[in-house]
Amino acid sequence: MNSRLGSVLLSLLMSASVMAGEYNLTVDRVEIDTGDFVKDGIGYNGASPGPVMRFKEGENVKINVTNNLDEMTSIHWHGLILPFDQDGVPGISFPGIKPGETFTYEFPIQQAGTYWFHSHSGFQEPDGAYGSIVIEPEGREPFRYDREYVVQLTDKHPHSGDRIMRNLKMMPDYYNREQQTVGEFFSDVSKNGLMNTVRDRMAWGDMRMMKADVEDLQGFTGLINGKGPDQNWTGLFEPGERIRLRFINSSAMTYFDIRIPGLDMTVVQADGNNVQPVSVDEFRIGVAETYDVIVRPKGEQAYTIFAESMGRSGYARATLAPEEGMEALVPQLREPARLTMADMGGMSGMDHGDMDMNSSEGMSGMDHSSMEGMDHANMSNMDHSNMKGMDHSGTSGMDHGSMAMGKEGPSDPFYAKGSGLVPTAANGGKFLSYADLKAQDPLYEDREPTREIELRLTGNMERYTWSINGVKYEDADPIRLKYGERVRFKFVNETMMTHPMHLHGMWSILDVGADQWNPIKHTVSVQPGTTVYMETEVDAPGQWAFHCHLSYHAAAGMFRKVIVEGGPESTQAKTDVIAKDGGEV
Amino acid sequence: MSCIRSIVAVSFLASIGVSTAVTAQEMISDTTARKQPLTTWGVQLEEFEYRYSDDDEELGVWNADAFYGTDEFKVRLLTTGEYEIEEQAYETLENQLVGQIPISKFFDAKAGVRFDTPEGPDRTYAVLGVAGLAPQWFEIDANLYVSKDGDTSAELDAEYELLLTNYWILAATLDATVAFSEDREIGVGKGLVSTETGLRLSYDLIDRAFSPYVGVVHERKYGDSADFAEADGGSTADWFAVIGARIAL
Repeated sequence: MNSRLGSVLLSLLMSASVMAGEYNLTVDRVEIDTGDFVKDGIGYNGASPGPVMRFKEGENVKINVTNNLDEMTSIHWHGLILPFDQDGVPGISFPGIKPGETFTYEFPIQQAGTYWFHSHSGFQEPDGAYGSIVIEPEGREPFRYDREYVVQLTDKHPHSGDRIMRNLKMMPDYYNREQQTVGEFFSDVSKNGLMNTVRDRMAWGDMRMMKADVEDLQGFTGLINGKGPDQNWTGLFEPGERIRLRFINSSAMTYFDIRIPGLDMTVVQADGNNVQPVSVDEFRIGVAETYDVIVRPKGEQAYTIFAESMGRSGYARATLAPEEGMEALVPQLREPARLTMADMGGMSGMDHGDMDMNSSEGMSGMDHSSMEGMDHANMSNMDHSNMKGMDHSGTSGMDHGSMAMGKEGPSDPFYAKGSGLVPTAANGGKFLSYADLKAQDPLYEDREPTREIELRLTGNMERYTWSINGVKYEDADPIRLKYGERVRFKFVNETMMTHPMHLHGMWSILDVGADQWNPIKHTVSVQPGTTVYMETEVDAPGQWAFHCHLSYHAAAGMFRKVIVEGGPESTQAKTDVIAKDGGEV
Repeated sequence: MSCIRSIVAVSFLASIGVSTAVTAQEMISDTTARKQPLTTWGVQLEEFEYRYSDDDEELGVWNADAFYGTDEFKVRLLTTGEYEIEEQAYETLENQLVGQIPISKFFDAKAGVRFDTPEGPDRTYAVLGVAGLAPQWFEIDANLYVSKDGDTSAELDAEYELLLTNYWILAATLDATVAFSEDREIGVGKGLVSTETGLRLSYDLIDRAFSPYVGVVHERKYGDSADFAEADGGSTADWFAVIGARIAL
């Protein structure tokens, strides 16, 4: 780490001897063939996904981006630490790249790991404008591998992003084909009894919320490196080799649960930063997150990389094989997830025991009181229980391959207690939790945060409005931070959907209760009915985007501008004065 | 120890790497579409159907709306018509133009004008209404109408969708009209005027954009309105078999 930063420093100081790479990207109209359907989309250098950009830590990169579209475009380098005017968000970093224009990005590479890039204009990213970034570290990595592959996932939908947004605005359940039916009513009756089932349906009906509201956007084909399940992207290996798989979730809306039946996966990196290795059978990758895992297939056989969507409405599939053309069994999709009252957050207090069995009187009582007040009041309870849960896993428990299925079902401190979304491994083994992520080499000194900022994640599914603290981006003031402070962000998810929150330009140190070993991320998933904390060392001046990375949530208003005030600008001014006065800089 | 040094290094890095950028690049203000209210539109034909009555009457019927606007304000055009195929005449033809704003989590208020231009006398009304989603998933649309001559009436529309599967949907609808004053010319008596109840079984063939259906509709007139209808030689209760499609653009 020291040598890493030191050498970056050195290379910057002696700019003459600095490595400098020049790269070219064109933004093009492309055709995307998923095997299920063919559609027009947007890509880079003539293809979607775009190329793997390979950089070296310490390098100064110069990237010429030529816009061959007839509309504005932009490229955001997701997770890269860089000057704010190189961050690629139109209206925040820069005006954008006009049709026919070439914009040259120039910034130093100050980190290593797996990242990605995508357009930050309109719905170009869901339409195909994304690619991956692999940065080779200057020093040695704390793990070994013989071979590596980028495994970039997306949820390719036959509809264009604009059309999807409009349909969701018109009918929020437009794409939801996992809703509760008459058939499910009767199967619930035989499982839970008639009265319990009726009460459950009434309780949800009273709130006008759907237990099936896990995925807004269904009907997609999961792609891995641009290939649909039938096209079966295949990575070759020699038996016994260690393979590093760089998983990147470039989906517009879809969380994936990933497993490779027959192989243990050792997670070594999350969001580009090394973590203390943890061996898992399966993990959930949020939208915009990356996870690097190492697998070691020993047999002369094929293995399926199976990525089921969180709501089980679709999947992506690829293969690791010793030879091209070999295939392994593709598992069936599991049953669709159902939200519980715990995921409503506000209800969690009443939720213990037989969750659905509140009296309907009680429920309608809740309904009359304003939703907002209700959530608030109960949220604080939530929060406490949640923190306790988190601390617990931080100190003990979690190493015992825990998060086990108890009598009360599976649990994970980053999901509401009794949540219907808690993932379990298909083989009954270990499912990765945020609580398992520990930084390998912390980037920052662990210190007390200077202040806390509460961000309630809010929305109204029936209107398809999404906001922060009840305010959409269009009506919101920027969040102002001061250079040099350490801010503790408190995310309170008051919606029934999962939100992957992404702060540009500065690291998100996710509080998993591991203090100085808290993992360093760029995207933090906040599950329904939970409170999650992250801390940020405010070390990057300028203005930055901060938003939910679900494309249609961000576009609907779950988005903020962050302004970092002060910092090197004033340092610069001061040094100027000193320089003028002939002082030593 | 290494961490502390990192901070120094990072801030130092920032100071040399970024400072020029900050001074060189103004912090621009966001004038992109993202900072503007999201404008959207939609067109829905809830009913677009052929009706065949127990009196061998044949009707072409539609019930549609189109909107354009933001979360805060939408303009909505609602149109309903019943076309008598044999007589080539509109039994009903209502067009409404309303502005719509949210008033609660699940309900909107509407205000605007309604023009009725069927075969026979025309009418113009001012419209005030609420529309939204009631508990237990009932879609509600309730309107108050005041005609140019001061006649007032109210109309309640309710719909419930039962999901037999995620593609086969049974929709029950109820439409009831009450008049607070008589308008003999158009056959409206004081009190409950009429109801239309329907049951339609649809299948989502193309997304939710095209969903063919079959169903039954029962129309009935009450009280003075029924007497007026009889006096005019019309019927007071009709059963229809319907076939059509729900369409969303």
